Amino acid sequence: MRANTIALAGNPNTGKSTLFNTLTGLKQHTGNWPGKTVIHAEGSFEYNGEQYVLVDLPGTYSLFSNSTDEEVARDYIIFDQPDATIVVLDATSLERNLNLALQVLEMTNNVIICINLIDEAEKKGIRIDEKKLSRELGIPVVKISARNKKGIDQLLATLSDLVNGKIMTTPYRMTYSQEIEDAITKIESKLKVYFQDTYPSRWLALRLLDGDEELILKLQHHNNNRQLEVKTHDVPISVKS
Amino acid sequence: MTTEKKLTSLAECSHGDCFVIKELNIEGTLRRRLLDLGFVKGAEVVVLHKSPLGDPVAYRVSNTTIALRNDESSNIFGEIVRGDLK
Repeated sequence: MRANTIALAGNPNTGKSTLFNTLTGLKQHTGNWPGKTVIHAEGSFEYNGEQYVLVDLPGTYSLFSNSTDEEVARDYIIFDQPDATIVVLDATSLERNLNLALQVLEMTNNVIICINLIDEAEKKGIRIDEKKLSRELGIPVVKISARNKKGIDQLLATLSDLVNGKIMTTPYRMTYSQEIEDAITKIESKLKVYFQDTYPSRWLALRLLDGDEELILKLQHHNNNRQLEVKTHDVPISVKS
Repeated sequence: MTTEKKLTSLAECSHGDCFVIKELNIEGTLRRRLLDLGFVKGAEVVVLHKSPLGDPVAYRVSNTTIALRNDESSNIFGEIVRGDLK
């Protein structure tokens, strides 16, 4: 049986790694991301008879590839395409944290927002209406305290429902000015010819409009590699790249 | 550009000032980075401390402390809404 891969994203100091340790216990190993001096931590756990592999992405404020950390986190979500991404937010500074959440929502449909440090927030008199947030963002929102192991069961139940297709998400996507929206539509239709539905076309179109040349090179490289891996009856066939 | 006359740069603020950002006169990845860190239009910034030589300066923005160099803060424009809070 195939394990579900789950990515953990979030700002620095939101308790992402605390949640990672809570969920995986000692079943984890760390190393570096290939070719990068960025720590890669991966762990596994079982829930309701299903296997999960959890990948702790580097803590970042954004996913626009300003730094190696951001590049690693972005590439994992776009190219490795985990079955679900959990975005960990700090309940005490939601405004800052939602920036990253909105970026992840533009990249994938399979997202759970996990509001951590909820007991810290309550101490400060902050109350969060997670149902309203969930309605507005179109994805499940769970409140937890990773340190005190509160809300973990609900997070796992939601995760299981999401990867088994019991929850349909409708992630909130920013609507840009008419000019940009027209450009997105044009680029998206062309992208579909090249990549079918391999990558999130709306997000790609936005990155191309932003002039992200590095990403274009990476896409070419990635697409070529994928084609070269095609085999028939174990006989590799070379595909023109 | 009549409104620009009234705007001051973040670099001109003194310790304890509360400043509201109106515009960022910065382009490219540095702009992106500042936006990600919370230096967005409408955000409140409080001047926390200056380093011994006056550069960089620590600011509080959306609940986090971030230090900026003069090169960056002199290109962030807005209004001082409250003077020294102390």
